[in-house]
Amino acid sequence: MKQNTDRIIRLMEICGTHTHAIARAGLKQLLPADVRLLSGPGCPVCVTPPEAIDALAALSHRPGLILCTYGDMLRVPGTSPDISLLKEKSRGARVEMVFSPMDALAMAAAQPDKEVVFAGVGFETTSPGTLAAIRTAEERKIGNFSVFMLLRLVEPAVRALLADPDCQIDGFLCPGHVAVIIGAEGFRFLPEEYRLPAVISGFEPADIWPSLKELIRQVRENDPQLVNLYTRTVSAEGNALAKQLMEDMTCREGALWRGLGYIEGSALGLKSRYKDFDAAARYGIVLPDKSAPTACRCGDVICGKLSPEGCPFFGKVCTPDTPLGPCMVSSEGSCAAAYTYGNLI
Amino acid sequence: MDKTITLDYGSGGRKTASLIHELILPAFGNRYLSTLSDGAVLPGAESLVFSTDSFVVSPLFFPGGSIGKLAICGTLNDVAMAGGEPRYISLSLVIEEGFETHLLENILEDAAAEVRKAGVFVVTGDTKVVEKGSCDGVFINTAGIGVLKRPGLSPAAMKSGDAVLVSGPLGNHGMTILLARHPQLLEGDLRSDCANLAPLAAALYSLGEDLKVLRDPTRGGLATVLSELAESAQLGMEIREKDVPVDPSVRAACEILGMDPLYSANEGKLIAVVSADRAQEALALLRRFPEGEKAAIIGEICEDHPGLPVLRTPWGSSRILTALAGAQFPRIC
Repeated sequence: MKQNTDRIIRLMEICGTHTHAIARAGLKQLLPADVRLLSGPGCPVCVTPPEAIDALAALSHRPGLILCTYGDMLRVPGTSPDISLLKEKSRGARVEMVFSPMDALAMAAAQPDKEVVFAGVGFETTSPGTLAAIRTAEERKIGNFSVFMLLRLVEPAVRALLADPDCQIDGFLCPGHVAVIIGAEGFRFLPEEYRLPAVISGFEPADIWPSLKELIRQVRENDPQLVNLYTRTVSAEGNALAKQLMEDMTCREGALWRGLGYIEGSALGLKSRYKDFDAAARYGIVLPDKSAPTACRCGDVICGKLSPEGCPFFGKVCTPDTPLGPCMVSSEGSCAAAYTYGNLI
Repeated sequence: MDKTITLDYGSGGRKTASLIHELILPAFGNRYLSTLSDGAVLPGAESLVFSTDSFVVSPLFFPGGSIGKLAICGTLNDVAMAGGEPRYISLSLVIEEGFETHLLENILEDAAAEVRKAGVFVVTGDTKVVEKGSCDGVFINTAGIGVLKRPGLSPAAMKSGDAVLVSGPLGNHGMTILLARHPQLLEGDLRSDCANLAPLAAALYSLGEDLKVLRDPTRGGLATVLSELAESAQLGMEIREKDVPVDPSVRAACEILGMDPLYSANEGKLIAVVSADRAQEALALLRRFPEGEKAAIIGEICEDHPGLPVLRTPWGSSRILTALAGAQFPRIC
């Protein structure tokens, strides 16, 4: 690709898996000098507010309770670096790493004398699986299972970013996994309402490279469009069954995001019929609408306002072993990608 | 150090290093221990190599091996990587109350088979039984003593231009254990590479001083060991990703689960750094063994970017290989 020095082109990859694939393959080194890649709010663990980690940490110490979580959440610090689920586990809390909410449900079925809570983080990609576990629990009357609902939606977050007057994004590399569920059409609002290029991409370097090329072409030719380059997996309409499940079981709620603050209609809450499976309701947990200010700059990194290397803590006080914030520990976090795959030459 | 010991301190990565440097070495540091190689070289009329390792793998039986096989091979390998020909083994068992006797028999049979094949003797040991819940089935500690055959193996011997070899495809053990523990994730035919590397190491000793370093990339995988070697020698490394052997099944499982085969554990692979002009000979020596038939030269030592191994990708970009932070997953060995 050739450089066009008129102006800097800023492209955002929304999804943390893209961030890691790009860093691992060193693709930034191969881009023209006038193109910048920014990481967006698409790492589910990173956008979870620290207060939610505190709540999970407190919950994990309840006698007779097993807290199940994806491995990614284990090292994420809460409001203090001394709070994380891995540290609570070492202090005697019963914290289990699972690969799927169904594993947590199986644990609940096998141990009826325990209360099993699943930390349900994720975007549209993981929402159907989490909801399917709740539906199965209802059908099989597994009453000792509940989910701490931290499911988030991509579109409201992207709109919140774009509403920021400081936002300088010229196009979006759209997350293939989310698009599998919501369909390519779920990103049409970008070219239609914001006149911004949007390309849906898979996760191999061979998927990402042509997608970036198409985004750069659209920016240079001022030709914003929705293009799906992940057609082997993503259809225009998405997965009807999964969408129906979300429609049937959840309603949109306002929620607090790390970095982005409180966003109306940005989270999936359970409809009243399923409230018995809502851990927040069951254990009386209420998350605040606002985060207390912290020194950690993950919020700015998540919004693409600050590059990982631009953070004053990056690689010094904040490393994967001593993380100040989630971006440094999540396997989808942009600081972890920059640190692990530090591109040198 | 954190206020409590989290599972990360057993990962073999940077947190394990901090445990060693902040607690173990201040208490015991001496000229033998402080080299922090796989085994200690002890002087005498006949110099000895001494090493020890504990095994807490879960599950106890997995495709390609068991905790019994692992406990023998792991210690034989540590002795061999330090330049020793293994001779004597100690074996201590911590058994959980209620553990089934026939499973213990199977574990000991697996261990005994490796002992016989290697021509070594189990000469001392210990057994403890602990209350139910105090350990998970069986934990094993072994120690090994060998006779030093190749003195002076050390990162300090590495020079710019030396070749970096691996004895075969990487990441099999780590991914096998992960899938054995979570069979619902994926179905596959992965097998642990658990094997005694002493015969391969002995073949490489014939290169004399042209063999610079031997390491077995267990926890933390290839990337962590290369990072430690480069840092210790304050030399750079250029590694060609296209030449690093990874089995297609391991690559596929890693891709699906978001793991990196270069950080996944091995229990039957060695890394050798060899003078450039003997690299092809070293490769031929390794390929004579079934465990080494897919051996490869994956890169070179260089003077640029001292302390850092750099991986060149097939599409012309590069990235630094850093030591494992945290754990990809616990209790693999």
